[in-house]
Amino acid sequence: MTRSRRIRLQALRFVIFALAAAFFLVPIGAMFEFSTRGIGINSARTFSAWAAIPSTPELATAITVSLELALITSLLMLGLLLPTMVWVRLRLPRLNRIVEFICLMPLTVPAIALVVGIKPLYIWISLNFTDSILALSFAYLILVLPYAYRSLDAGLAAIDLKILTEAARSLGAGWGTVMLRVVVPNMPTAILNASLLSASLVLGEYTFANLLNYENLQVAIQYVSLVSAGTSIAVAVASLLFAFVLLMILSFAGGRLQVRSPGQRA
Amino acid sequence: MTAAGNPAFNAAARPLGGGRRLPLTWLGVVPFFIYVGIFLLLPTTIIVAGSLVGPDGSISLSNFDGINRPFMFKSFVNSIEISTISAVLGAIFGALLAYAVATGDPKGFLRRSVMSAAGVVAQFGGVTLTFAFVATIGTEGIVYLWLQQHGIEMYPNGVWFFDLPGLTLIYLYFQIPLMVLVFIPALDGIRPQWREATESLGGSGWHYWRYVAGPLLFPSFLGCTLLLFANAFSAYATAAALLTQGGVILPLQVQALLTSETGSSSPGLAKALALAMVAVVLVVMSLYALLQRRTSQWLR
Repeated sequence: MTRSRRIRLQALRFVIFALAAAFFLVPIGAMFEFSTRGIGINSARTFSAWAAIPSTPELATAITVSLELALITSLLMLGLLLPTMVWVRLRLPRLNRIVEFICLMPLTVPAIALVVGIKPLYIWISLNFTDSILALSFAYLILVLPYAYRSLDAGLAAIDLKILTEAARSLGAGWGTVMLRVVVPNMPTAILNASLLSASLVLGEYTFANLLNYENLQVAIQYVSLVSAGTSIAVAVASLLFAFVLLMILSFAGGRLQVRSPGQRA
Repeated sequence: MTAAGNPAFNAAARPLGGGRRLPLTWLGVVPFFIYVGIFLLLPTTIIVAGSLVGPDGSISLSNFDGINRPFMFKSFVNSIEISTISAVLGAIFGALLAYAVATGDPKGFLRRSVMSAAGVVAQFGGVTLTFAFVATIGTEGIVYLWLQQHGIEMYPNGVWFFDLPGLTLIYLYFQIPLMVLVFIPALDGIRPQWREATESLGGSGWHYWRYVAGPLLFPSFLGCTLLLFANAFSAYATAAALLTQGGVILPLQVQALLTSETGSSSPGLAKALALAMVAVVLVVMSLYALLQRRTSQWLR
């Protein structure tokens, strides 16, 4: 590479990064700035909007509910998807393509379209079983399927599943032991990935909750914004930072775990 | 991987020959299939079947006539337009950013942070994202007010922010990072040796981009643009939060049909709209998959 070309490339990169940083960071900063504005044009900075979060019951409930939904969805995902994927790889390899196809299907069915078909189902559920918002986690599991499938798939491809399970089975382990004490400890990165992706997706979900008439965090933020813009923006910043921390843990813990177990590609 | 080379081991691991064990083996996947049957395949069936049942209960295509009404057609066009513009702009800016990332240290801190941040921001949307832009360039936003203080009026011809141009701008916020994520593998596949080869044959920078890197990257670029299109086409939450008037784009029409009285009077129309959306996304995603396969030929 010639010297002048390298300088030009570095200048170009610098300009691109500077513009991107401005475009992506300024709105976040502006949101924070907005949430600390006082009433009136020249009033001092105040955190009263932030302080009002816990005393807005609607928000406090919605935050709890969304965290519960995130947890339940992640657990359901691990409990249903991981054993199925392991079982299919070991015993029913013919079904592999079908399971993959089904798991990736939600990518081609937009949530706004899927909700049309799922709405009658939820009307029926709320009439006959429960009107608890936690029932939403079944629908959310569908939304996280593609992402969870991909990270678990990468994790399973990186370990020698067949040898591990056969070794465990020949030593007398049951399938439960195989799953919990052999498969799971061998793919921590993939499981962490899948869980955190699911959690962050659920925390940001709006379409299903809004159109199925449930009040999760995002819906509550919108309702509260009609009354007190500052408080709802403060919650929005907080939820965003929370999701950001979750996913940062994901990418950096992922790197750390990878170093510890060099066999993993995920 | 080692097991694959060992036929004895493979035979031991798959005692599928005995037909009697087969039903028990199948039991292992039953919960999964029951679940996706209820929550994914049944809703899809409801959409497809419901869109084919007319108001009088007979099988007909009359629901699709509803899409032909002027206001419905208009929102279809709006959806296509906003998805196309945000996909093309997102692809161009995202490719530039991806190029800036790919030309840096592959294990460096900068690349790792940009990629993690892109992963987060690409999923970002809805109420929170709309708030962020309202706080920035809304009429109370910090950038708007700052420009106004310096004598620059951002909206001399009326506020376009709460309309389709504003929505397009906001969409770029998640389109650009998505482009970075999906386009960078193609850029990483470009080898520096190819450039050196071009130069040693007397080619200039223009020749390299026109005859070597350009043609190699173009299918992937086009494919990623299609993916971005599908992404914008399916987006609902951001539009719902920003646009106060209903039904401007297709997802908002679906919302109106689901929540209003008119919806309950024509239940087939919402399903027909949903089916039309699925069809568009399906076509676009298939083309994307096709172009990605073409790229992967030289990528590995």
